[in-house]
Order: sequence, then structure tokens, then C-alpha cells
Amino acid sequence: MDQTLLYAASASYALAFVAAAQGLARTRRWTGAFSLGAIIVGFVLTSWSLYLRGGMEGSCPLNSLYDVLVFQSWSLVLIYLAVGPAYRLSLLGAFTSPLALALLLIALFSPISREPVVRQALNPWVETHAALSMIAYGGFGLACLAGAMYLVQEHQLKARRFSSLLHGLPPISDLATANRRLLLFGFVVLTAGFLAGLLSAMPVNTIKFWGSLGLWAIYGIILVWNKWWPLPAGRMAFASIVVFAAALVTLPAIQYLSSRP
Amino acid sequence: MNIVCAGLNHESAPVGVRERFAVAAQDMTDVLRDVRAIDGLAGAVVLSTCNRVEIYAANLCPVKATDGLTQLFRERAGVEIPLYLHDTPRSVRHLFRVASGLDSMVIGETEILGQVKQAYTAASECGATTRHLHKLFQHAFRVAKHVRTETQITRGATSVGAVAVELAGKIFGDLTGRRVMILGAGETSERTARSLVSRGVRTVIVSNRTFERAAKLAEEIGGMAIHFDNWQNTFPDVDILICSTSAPHFIITPEKLATMMKARSGRPLFVIDLAVPRDADPEINAIDGVFLYDIDSLEGIVRQTLEVRRGELDRCEEMIGDHVRSFVGWLRTHYQMRP
Repeated sequence: MDQTLLYAASASYALAFVAAAQGLARTRRWTGAFSLGAIIVGFVLTSWSLYLRGGMEGSCPLNSLYDVLVFQSWSLVLIYLAVGPAYRLSLLGAFTSPLALALLLIALFSPISREPVVRQALNPWVETHAALSMIAYGGFGLACLAGAMYLVQEHQLKARRFSSLLHGLPPISDLATANRRLLLFGFVVLTAGFLAGLLSAMPVNTIKFWGSLGLWAIYGIILVWNKWWPLPAGRMAFASIVVFAAALVTLPAIQYLSSRP
Repeated sequence: MNIVCAGLNHESAPVGVRERFAVAAQDMTDVLRDVRAIDGLAGAVVLSTCNRVEIYAANLCPVKATDGLTQLFRERAGVEIPLYLHDTPRSVRHLFRVASGLDSMVIGETEILGQVKQAYTAASECGATTRHLHKLFQHAFRVAKHVRTETQITRGATSVGAVAVELAGKIFGDLTGRRVMILGAGETSERTARSLVSRGVRTVIVSNRTFERAAKLAEEIGGMAIHFDNWQNTFPDVDILICSTSAPHFIITPEKLATMMKARSGRPLFVIDLAVPRDADPEINAIDGVFLYDIDSLEGIVRQTLEVRRGELDRCEEMIGDHVRSFVGWLRTHYQMRP
């Protein structure tokens, strides 16, 4: 049942992406509302699936790589729904839906175990740590998307292309602000997640610890650097893309390594 | 019931002829009374803009109505006039095209819809409209909205000033509180600055080699003038730079700008170079956060916009055709009903 819901959520995100892309190309207003509606439907279905999964595993469903991918997709959309309207960046959905879809498709079709994992000893701090970390990466994911949108829009403006894309994408100043704030949001939540991890006193795999701390430090350095010596928005956008791509690559590896005995 | 349209526009008559027919707001009541006095007319709406004067009238006898309207126009002008006369369904199509901006001098301009609405409201307040005219104009407003929403006919800007405003919006978002500097007090730079001020730009700083000219322009647009030797000191606070000096060489070079950009805390800079020969070295466009547009690129965007709009004409006409058929169908169903 939980996977069936994810198939439906994937279809919904695919529709959202098609509608948003259509809107970018042809300026049809209904596509924005349709895309948002489809994203909300996908989010509700994913939430339902996670709820069922949590029931099966008897804990927050973050016990396997499959769980992590689904939870990551969910948190990405959660943050988009929370910040998109606030930053007048509804179009961020056009970029969020394919990423959320990709994560779900990897979870559903890649050669990984999709069996529920029931943990013996439950520690609420561990669950808090895992959930906050995933939400933080959702924030970094959206920062990455805002950064990508910034670079696309900057390229349009620099190349003097007055295309549908230029009209459809938000102003670069708004994208730069969203990119910065999302990085800050992700960093604060990730820090809180780390603190929860420390409080849990759980045994930590060395690779997982240093890998996670390394990513946290990189985000921290970017933010502190930008605070003292303001970086051009383009470089900030580029950094948020590169670091999140690195996180996407290392996260499954860390998860795999930490699950080994 | 029949709808006739009689009038003249920028294509059928030069401004010297059009101005004889222009109806001022204060004269509208009298003109509508004269139109309604025409034998066979049940109601009328007079649309008078700088590019057209048109009368839309509901009537039972098209021949009498068109004769009466022609006579009225002739008496008003005192000369023979290049009047066009449309009967249903061409009159309906014409109004739908006018409201959608397809019949405008600049295709897709949106000001005309407001003017059509004003004309309808004025006629309605004078009691000059009928049920059929009410339906016709309400349908025209819906058509205009439909065409705008579903096509790209209103997309983009069609003047250098409007393009500059649109680009500034894509760089800064809200222009409220932004600062503009004009280097060289030319006519185009003045128009561009005025466009930006109309969108909320807070401060305009004018610098010109002749200080008196800078002061005069600053006074006209509510800005402040500075001596040309000082413009670089004020530069770090500026968001939009409009250059139109007559300098024979680049006054904005990558070396100079790169240094000045360091004092801007990463804020973007929009440089509009309207000068010929150019004031800004094209290389500055490669600097992070700097967006340079010269006169050719701005005019190129205007041309591109107009091409896009022309490319949408067929779709618009098709949509309007559907609406005309729908309205004429309604009119036929109700033609026996009294207005």
C-alpha cells in the first residue's frame, strides 16, 4: 500500500512538472495553479505513505536508504510549500517537482531493499536527529534549486535573451535572497539535528560522523564567508549547487556505511 | 437586432483628420444624445482615443443607422471623411479586436481595454446603452482577458524605456527605493529615467559635463544634480546607471568598474548605455553582478517583442472568431426581444 501511494505521488509530481514547464514556455496561467495542486496532491500521498511506513516500522521511517530517499523527497516538497509563496517563488515548484520525482523513482526502482526495518531500541533523540537532518537537506535542496534558477536567469540577462524563460523566472534579486535564506535555514536545522544526535549518545560510525560534519562545516564556511566578505550572488548560487550535489552523492554512501555492522 | 460600428482610426485617417472627431469627456453626453437621435438607433457607445473615434450602435435597420452615423460624422468634421462602416458580424469582430489590442498601433497594447471600459461606462451612465450593447461589451471584456491570458500578445515591452523598466524588474524585483544615475542628460535617457521613476525608483542623480543642464533635468524629474567630476563618488549607492554622454571613448571600463563593484557588497548593477559612441566597454558585462544593455540590444528586444506578438496574431484571431460566433448566435436568438 505505501509503495502504491508513492507511485501515485510520482505521477502527480510528473504532472506538476509538465504543467509548470508548459507554463514557462507558453505563459498559461492555469498551469501554475495546476502545478501547485499536483504538488500538493503528491505531498499528501507521500505523507500518507510515510505514515503507513512509520506504522510498519514502529518509528520515524528513516531506517533504510529507501526510507531516506522518500523522506528526503517529502521534506523537499514540505519546505517548498512553506517558503515558495513567502518568497513569491511559486515557480520554484517547476524545479522542485522533478527533483522530488527523481528521489521517489530512485527509491522505487533502484536495486535497494524496500522491506520495512524495525529497530529494536527506540531513542527519540536519534529519530529527532534523523528527521531534522533530512529536513535540513530539504532546505539545502531548495537552496540548490533557487541557485540553479538564479544561474539560468543570470545567463538569460547576460546573454540578452528576452525569452519565455526570462519572463517566467523570478527576478534574480529574489532568487539570490531565497538562496541565501534557504542555506541559512538548512544550516540552522542541520545544527539542531547534530545537537539532537549528540544528546542521543548513540554510537556513531566514524565515516558517517566526519562526512556529515564535513558537509555541515562547508555550509557553515560559505555562510560565514558571505557574512564577512559578501560573495556575488552567482558564486553563492554556484556553491549551493556544488555542495548539495556533493551531499546527494555522499548521503547514500554514508547511510550505506553506517548501516554496516 | 443589429450592431453597427462606424469610425476612423490611425490606419484610415491621419491625426489631422482624427483630431476633428475626437470627443472630450465633457462633450460625451452631448455626442451620445446626438447619436441616439438618429432614426432607428436603440443605443450607442462612443469610443474616442488618440488613435480612433468609433461609434458602436444597436439598431433594427442597418441602412438607416449607417446613413445617420455618416451624416453625423460629416457634420462634426465639416469635410468628407474616410469612415469605415461595419455591420454584424464584422462590427462585433472589430470591437473584440480593438479591446484585445489587435487593432492598435502597437499590437497587443493594453491601454485600449481601459479606454473601451471607460467608453462603455460613460454611455451606460448617460443611459445610452441597451441590453444588446451591454452583452456585447461585457463579452468584449471577456475576450480581451481570454486573449491576454492564453496568448503572448501582451508579452514584453515595446519601447526602450519600457524594456529598461522590465529588465530592471527582472534584476531587482520591486523597484521601490532603487537609485538611478544618469550620466549625460540626453532625451532618451530622460524618458528612460521617467519610466523607472513611474515604477517606484526613489532617487535619480543626474550628472552632465554642463552642470546647468544636469540641474535642469534633475529639476524636471525630481532628482538631484551632481558635478560630472563627482559621479564616481556617488556610484556605490546606485543600482541603475543610464549613460548617454558624448564622450568619444569608454568612460565605464572593466578596470574602473571592478574596483567600484567591491564597494557594493555584491549588489547587482544594471547599466543602460544609450550613447553612440558607447560609454561602457562591452567587457563589463562579464563582471559578476553587472548587466549591460546598449541601445542596439534594447532596440533588438523591442523588435523581438513585436515579432513574438505578430506571431501570436493567428491564434488571437482564431479565438476571437470563436467568440464572434458565440455572440452572434446569442444575438440571433434574442433579436426579436426589445432592447
